[in-house]
Amino acid sequence: MAFTLYSLIQAAILCINAVAVLHEERFLSKIGWGVDQSVGGFGDEPGIKVQLMNLIRSVRTVMRGACFFLLRIFSHLTVSG
Amino acid sequence: FDDTSSAAPGMNSQGFYTPAYNMAGPSNDMQGGPGVNNLFADPMASAAMMYGSSLANQGKDMVNKEINRFMSVNKLKYFFAVDTRYVLKKLMILMFPYTHQDWEVRYHRDTPLTPRQDVNAPDLYIPTMAFITYILLAGMALGIQKRFSPEVLGLCASTALVWIIIEVLVMLLSLYLLTVHSDLSTFDLIAYSGYKYVGMIFTVLCGLMFGSDGYYVALAWSSCALMFFIVRSLKMKILPSISSDSMGMGSNSKPQLRLYITVATAVFQPIIIYWLTSHLVR
Repeated sequence: MAFTLYSLIQAAILCINAVAVLHEERFLSKIGWGVDQSVGGFGDEPGIKVQLMNLIRSVRTVMRGACFFLLRIFSHLTVSG
Repeated sequence: FDDTSSAAPGMNSQGFYTPAYNMAGPSNDMQGGPGVNNLFADPMASAAMMYGSSLANQGKDMVNKEINRFMSVNKLKYFFAVDTRYVLKKLMILMFPYTHQDWEVRYHRDTPLTPRQDVNAPDLYIPTMAFITYILLAGMALGIQKRFSPEVLGLCASTALVWIIIEVLVMLLSLYLLTVHSDLSTFDLIAYSGYKYVGMIFTVLCGLMFGSDGYYVALAWSSCALMFFIVRSLKMKILPSISSDSMGMGSNSKPQLRLYITVATAVFQPIIIYWLTSHLVR
């Protein structure tokens, strides 16, 4: 299985895109992964589920900020190429 | 830390990052040497030379500042502060870790000791050299089987690099998700992932010299040694939590999960070694 750096970048972009399009209301709250359901995990025991939910939310926030257009342009270039 | 050889590596690293600018400097000096009388007589040339050298210095400072924004060169220098004795001992430990007694990384007033003074410290010199040697060896092995072409070399190099990046990212992600407050930085993880290249080189060499049987024997030997090495080294860093912010209890997350991370990293090594070398030895 011969990887190139290019295919790694493609895979990374697709994965980040997949994480970023998980909708908060329609999907994550339905399966109990909404961030509003995670409060109360203060102290030194956040747990892996809370960390995951925070990670998803931060990826979504970053994507909606500056990286949104960057990723769109880059994915158009790579998918067509 | 005390970077006693900071003169040479410092200039080397800056010379590496700014090759164009440094080449302008010495050439100006060389022209100035034999023709120093002419230069002083010709104000235009001397003014141009001074302007050129000041421009070069500005460019060098700017590039250093930009590089320092992304990664701290001092921390990188720590990983390359090795000497011959350390490299030899480390290679022996990598191939035969069963007799090594003390796996603690020693500290000196809160900063970890350089690899020169502490054999257990991770370094980046051995992984870099082993990576380059592995690529050359892969080219040679393919040439012996008459399957060589220059593109294959690049493909092999980028495949191995991609696997390192994937492994380091997965390790970072799992360490973050399980809130393991260890002092493993990115460079440490790159170093520990790069140590498997030593095992790979040994395996490929044995496969080339002794045929298929030698390949499998060497694969088994280096896998066991590498797994032992990784488990013992990472156990010190991941498993005990000396975190001062917890309330005096043990680890923050369940210790089984941390053990799973260590064991999973160790088990991943022989798989990758087999994956990246089996096509070289038929």
